Amino acid sequence: MKIAVCVKQVPDTWAEKKLRSDDSTLDREAADGVMNELDEYAVEEALQIGEAHGAEITIVTMGPDRAGETIRKALSMGADAGIHLVDDGLHGSDALATSYALATILEGRGFDLIIFGSESTDARMSVVPAMVAERMGLAQLTFAQKVEFEGTQVTIDRVTDSGYDTVTASLPAVLSVVEKINEPRYPSFKGIMAAKKKPVETLSVADAGLDMARVGASASWSAVVDFAARPPKAAGTVVTDEGNGGVKIADFLVGQKFI
Amino acid sequence: MQPQSPFALFSIDHLLSEEERAIRDVVRSFIDAQVRPYVADWFEAGSIPARELAKGFGELGLLGMHLHGYGCAGTSAVAYGLAALELEAGDSGIRSLVSVQGSLAMYAIHAFGSEEQKEEWLPRMSAGDAIGCFGLTEADHGSNPAGMITNAKADGSDWVLNGSKMWITNGNVADVAVVWAQTDDGIRGFVVPTATPGFVANEIHKKMSLRASVTSELVFTDVRLPKSAMLPGVRGLRGPLSCLNEARFGIAFGTLGAARDCLETAISYALDREQFGRPIAGFQLTQRKFADMALELGKGMLLALHLGRLKDEGIITAEQVSLGKLNNARESLTIARECRNILGGNGITLEYPIIRHMNNLESVYTYEGTNEMHTLVIGQALTGLAAFK
Repeated sequence: MKIAVCVKQVPDTWAEKKLRSDDSTLDREAADGVMNELDEYAVEEALQIGEAHGAEITIVTMGPDRAGETIRKALSMGADAGIHLVDDGLHGSDALATSYALATILEGRGFDLIIFGSESTDARMSVVPAMVAERMGLAQLTFAQKVEFEGTQVTIDRVTDSGYDTVTASLPAVLSVVEKINEPRYPSFKGIMAAKKKPVETLSVADAGLDMARVGASASWSAVVDFAARPPKAAGTVVTDEGNGGVKIADFLVGQKFI
Repeated sequence: MQPQSPFALFSIDHLLSEEERAIRDVVRSFIDAQVRPYVADWFEAGSIPARELAKGFGELGLLGMHLHGYGCAGTSAVAYGLAALELEAGDSGIRSLVSVQGSLAMYAIHAFGSEEQKEEWLPRMSAGDAIGCFGLTEADHGSNPAGMITNAKADGSDWVLNGSKMWITNGNVADVAVVWAQTDDGIRGFVVPTATPGFVANEIHKKMSLRASVTSELVFTDVRLPKSAMLPGVRGLRGPLSCLNEARFGIAFGTLGAARDCLETAISYALDREQFGRPIAGFQLTQRKFADMALELGKGMLLALHLGRLKDEGIITAEQVSLGKLNNARESLTIARECRNILGGNGITLEYPIIRHMNNLESVYTYEGTNEMHTLVIGQALTGLAAFK
């Protein structure tokens, strides 16, 4: 089986995220970059599928130079190769532009399965997997908490608000996973050292055959119009007990619709 | 102005390769997830899940990580040092488990063992399926191991081992002990499975330091071993001393991890803690402490990295390892004590890591060569005169 795992470098989960004042895009220099947490589950799932059924696993990312570190991390976990789409012209791409770029570089490479984390911790839209599936004309199995194979059929438990649905599709397909699916492994030292020698293909917009007019900020259908810093925390309400403290607290909770 | 971490202030990352940073980051996240939340309880209870930890460390590749072949990861010495630092930022006792396994027991077998000994033990030890300990020190022979009493006598085709060893990390959880003993042919090393009849390990209790570590006395009463149990590759004290050099190298880095954890904890505490209406981090006396501690921490790290590069080039000397062990254990202990002071009463509880690190570093200060012995090694290097022989 040939598996692609699409990963994204995002600002460190615990860092304060900032937008740039010039073009309202994410300020990637303001914080350390890490692999999007849910993408680690996607990589782990690919590795487990590979261990059970045999697979060649390619890590795909789109992002600036240093996003290469995220490919390297996935390779050190055990993936086989990487594709890094890096080009200044991609800066500011929204989900539609990103899905176009990813679908274009994934197309024609014979992947049986394309796996995503179900959302990124920076944009949190959860739409790119579905958009890629739609653009490539593939079945989409999203929000999977469990994946099973039978021949060329793949069946998932798809998490819903009330429980889960069982969804089946034929390969090739697009899969997105939630954190319940597995426990991502730590890269081993041998894996870290072996990762240096694994092939990573670097593509520009031109190399990938992308239409420049369909990527980047100017081609994006969505844009940030305005933003403001989070207001500082307001002082809390102090309830002074003058014999009726309990009533005052109850009134406050009722007022806030907690009770 | 955004506060910077002490190592960031020195741009330490600038001196590390991407691979070294990746190895460091993995150990840090492993320790944050698997050790940090539990270690205060282990310390208080005086026990650790040694088997489980060893298995996890083995999966990462931490055990014997700088050795080559036999399932070992084969990293650089600098990467090994950085891993020791992150381990000790968790706890010196946890770092001790790894140091003794990799740099003492595994290194001895790797450097001086027969092919059969290496094949039998190293793959299992690197995977964390077998735990090792190292018996050199005796109750009455610490800084002067040449005086050891433990002995092995040839008896037909066997060796018979008698005596005892003291302060043996991992002793009660070990599957195998590398034991140094007097023979008719000088001091020799023996690979002793701990299940051998006559081998007894007694755990040392009532410790106030390294409580998240197993410390034991080993007693050998007519322990009968085959001829093949002896390490063929070395005779005399050069054997165990070269193992100690490996471990001391790790300690030069490791202690800085404990110090870093103390300093970062104290800075964060001082930013939150208000007296006289403002954070104590804003007071000049506190800032002077922080500046002095950050300087010593950064200088210690620059020294450790320099030693690491020398080791990777294969040109490091024992005297240079003494420079690192002496300075970094000493300064880390001083930093831990000063940080404890900054936390006041809160500094004495296990709610914060500082008193744990501080008490641990009291042991690290004297084990693997006391402050005095390393001082005299340096004194001898500078003058050519040995003050201790």
